[in-house]
Amino acid sequence: MPEIEVSRPILEANQRIAQGNRRKFQEAGVKVLNLISSPGAGKTTLLEQTLSRVAAELAVGVVEGDIQTTEDAQRVAACGVRAVQIETKGACHLDGQMISQVLAAFELDKLDLLIVENVGNLVCPVEFDLGEDMKVAVLSVTEGDDKPSKYPQLFQEAGVLIVNKIDLLPYIDCDLERIHQTCRRLNPSQKIFDLSCRSGEGLEDWVAWLKAWTRS
Amino acid sequence: MHELSIAQSLLDIVVQEAARHGVERVVRVGIRLGAYSAVVPSALTFSFDLIKENTVAQEAELAIEEVPLAGRCQDCGQVLENMESPIVDCPACGSKKIELTQGRELTIAFIETDEEEGAG
Ligand SMILES: Nc1nc2c(ncn2[C@@H]2O[C@H](COP(=O)(O)OP(=O)(O)OP(=O)(O)O)[C@@H](O)[C@H]2O)c(=O)[nH]1
Ligand SMILES: [Mg+2]
Ligand SMILES: [Zn+2]
Repeated sequence: MPEIEVSRPILEANQRIAQGNRRKFQEAGVKVLNLISSPGAGKTTLLEQTLSRVAAELAVGVVEGDIQTTEDAQRVAACGVRAVQIETKGACHLDGQMISQVLAAFELDKLDLLIVENVGNLVCPVEFDLGEDMKVAVLSVTEGDDKPSKYPQLFQEAGVLIVNKIDLLPYIDCDLERIHQTCRRLNPSQKIFDLSCRSGEGLEDWVAWLKAWTRS
Repeated sequence: MHELSIAQSLLDIVVQEAARHGVERVVRVGIRLGAYSAVVPSALTFSFDLIKENTVAQEAELAIEEVPLAGRCQDCGQVLENMESPIVDCPACGSKKIELTQGRELTIAFIETDEEEGAG
């Protein structure tokens, strides 16, 4: 029964393409964020709120990943930013190949920042490197304070955690401190921003961090 | 169901390796899967079975070895095996600084054929 040793990472092909993307981003001097959350946590709303606040200082491009529809890209484009939609036609995550195929739609040299909104899903996108510099996890308080411990991979890998919809805290049982504690254990160097895209509370801190990080 | 994409990447490697070694029929594919990877073993098997038809691996079954989550205390060096969660305190010194050392594996380990060695 001949057994042939192989020992190769199963996702090595994606890894290779993602590294290619990363090299292109570095050469063009553009920083890249990969925004991940469950459906409806507020990724597109956060983009809308953020873009209007950074537009004067940063040249930003956006890639929108959705299983279907181009609505999110239209919402972002309405902010005056170049936005390209990827419709994954069923796939629950973006991968390196999908990103590499849309890069031609941007003048990367002229961008400071590219933000990728991944398909709404807390699990699947985590295993697929896109070539980003950093993952940003968005968690809305209505999803419950147990989510970081139930889906630890994302919350461990994300360099930034945004806890969104804090305007709803008075109406629900969500222990912000529990979210912070779990995430600090999973990733002690993670930056955490509690904010509301509706009231605007907390947005300025996030925007200030984003501007500084993009230039770093 | 990102397991379907993962199964496709796996199958691509199996087909490549079979060709490279002159294997025409793969009967088993060995995988090392970290307990802390975001992959469900049964979903991976289901997906692989779905797409293996009409390839060298059409009769292959997946042999999934689950690699437990393990870590090491950054303060006292204590090794933690079979961790049930990524969030645990060091049993030796109580430190919260545990560095994870395994559990995220997603690798193909081997392919197995029932052909005679040197044949094909
Ligand atoms: N109350 C409240 N609602 C919010 C806030 N942020 C977003 N929403 C609402 O949440 C809903 C979903 O927001 P989206 O921005 O579309 O969420 P998403 O993460 O982009 O969703 P998908 O792309 O489908 O995964 C919308 O109805 C938003 O108006 C917030 O801070 N507070
Ligand atoms: Mg959206
Ligand atoms: Zn210790």
